[in-house]
Amino acid sequence: MSVQELEKIFQGKVDQEIKIEPKDWMPDAYRKTLVRQISQHAHSEIVGMLPEGNWISRAPSLKRKAILLAKVQDEAGHGLYLYSAVETLGTPRNQTIEDLHSGKAKYSSIFNYPTLTWADIGAIGWLVDGAAILNQVMLCRTSYGPYARAMVRICKEESFHQRQGFEILLVLSKGTPEQKAMCQDAINRWWWPSLMMFGPKDGESTHSDQSMTWKIKRKSNDELRQQFVDMIVEQAKILNVTLPDPALQWNAAKGHYDFGEIDWVEFWNVVKGNGPCNKERLEARRKAWDEGAWVRDAAAAFAEKRAARQAQQVA
Amino acid sequence: MYQPVNTQAANLVNYLLHLGDNALILSQRNSEWCGHGPVLEQDIAITNISLDLIGQARSFYQYAASLEGGDATEDSLAYLRGERTYLNCLMNELPNGDWGQTIMRQFFFSVYQQLLYNALLQSRDETVAAIAEKSLKEVTYHVRWSSEWVIRLGDGTDESHARMEKALNMLWSYTGEFFMPAGYETAAVAEGIGADVAALQQRWMEQVAAVLQEATLPVPVAGKTWMQSGGKEGKHSEHLGFLLAEMQYLQRAYPGATW
Repeated sequence: MSVQELEKIFQGKVDQEIKIEPKDWMPDAYRKTLVRQISQHAHSEIVGMLPEGNWISRAPSLKRKAILLAKVQDEAGHGLYLYSAVETLGTPRNQTIEDLHSGKAKYSSIFNYPTLTWADIGAIGWLVDGAAILNQVMLCRTSYGPYARAMVRICKEESFHQRQGFEILLVLSKGTPEQKAMCQDAINRWWWPSLMMFGPKDGESTHSDQSMTWKIKRKSNDELRQQFVDMIVEQAKILNVTLPDPALQWNAAKGHYDFGEIDWVEFWNVVKGNGPCNKERLEARRKAWDEGAWVRDAAAAFAEKRAARQAQQVA
Repeated sequence: MYQPVNTQAANLVNYLLHLGDNALILSQRNSEWCGHGPVLEQDIAITNISLDLIGQARSFYQYAASLEGGDATEDSLAYLRGERTYLNCLMNELPNGDWGQTIMRQFFFSVYQQLLYNALLQSRDETVAAIAEKSLKEVTYHVRWSSEWVIRLGDGTDESHARMEKALNMLWSYTGEFFMPAGYETAAVAEGIGADVAALQQRWMEQVAAVLQEATLPVPVAGKTWMQSGGKEGKHSEHLGFLLAEMQYLQRAYPGATW
């Protein structure tokens, strides 16, 4: 069969909403796009453990500590599912991880911002996980089967994450004047970076059109961003906080909130490695990996020895 | 020594604090690995153990707080006591060291905790027995997981063997404290509530020796090493103060706030 015919069958399946599975024929570019996107997603889960992990040792109550630990552990689990999904496309986990450490692969820029106070843990849950969920709910219907199925599992846990973040902020918003100020300050710092999570504007997004045709993506960056703003503005009322955007207002004609312009200079700088924590985050991941090398080597050596002993016993 | 409002309950409260502190302090140490483990699966595993231990600590503190009465809560007990009133064993507060040292400590402590909780199933105090029963399921997994890793790393590569031997030598002198009863432990035994820790030592030694042998590591000779002690009586290493300063920071900086 010619490549053109194979591509026709492939696109036919996509159009009919039949999931593409690992052994199915797929265009090289589809495979590459998926590897890039899923690995970037996996790395975001793993690097995302760092800013929140920063507050585990200082969580203000035993209950909060346990919830935060469980949450950060969930992120590790999400990373695992996603690395496995990348493996179904023929790229082993070690390779994917090395691409992160070499700087070849990206992760979500949001994790290059620091967590300065306890309220940041709430703001990450509410805003960052809130933004991630919108993207991930869409991805539950993505055309590649293993990715879609990983997303279904992840989405269940993410909605719990968003709730716990909101709840942290709700308690702060009803607390002492210092706690209220802490809550507002965290929202001020995390609002714009959260809007940036949806990526460049539709006209400037390099991969978007093809991803829509392949049904990897089903909503554009700007559509998702608007959905996020509409959702968060309502929730902010319950928290009795303001969002740091003077242009934010209801547009009755559109049925949506209007909002101000993202600082795209900052956006591109953080993408390029100039965010406040880019170097620290990557360094922390490399350090964990390098310092763990002897453990992984020992586990592999032991597994070989054990297999050899068992083979000997059988013989 | 910590002096609860209800002095009649002092021994039991101290006993519960000791059990809770052991769990909380080790949980706090293990949680430092979260996001920094040598491989994702083990990052998840050590965090799981940390979560189990914090759950156990909360059970003991909640019970202690109910006996103490007044404004005591699990959080006031965890966050508002200073280093001289923490009653955990010294080993649990030591810095993590490398992964090998973390594993070896978890192994030593989990084997001890399993024997201890097994004995506490017979406690006359129903709450203590119930916490022990619930926790035993978790601890059984901790013993299995840490034993497997001691064996894997001891019998892995030359480097991993050397690291495990170093961890063993470093930690061994802290194992004796498990079995030296503090006053509140002796009192709890007399009341039929606590476990006789000295009586656990023989079985602990046998279980530990079996795993160390399989791991091709040397088995220390009992009675040859000077054993450190004091943690159970509130005399700690220099490390605990820093651990508590970090852990208690928000509660201390914003007194009376709700989180």
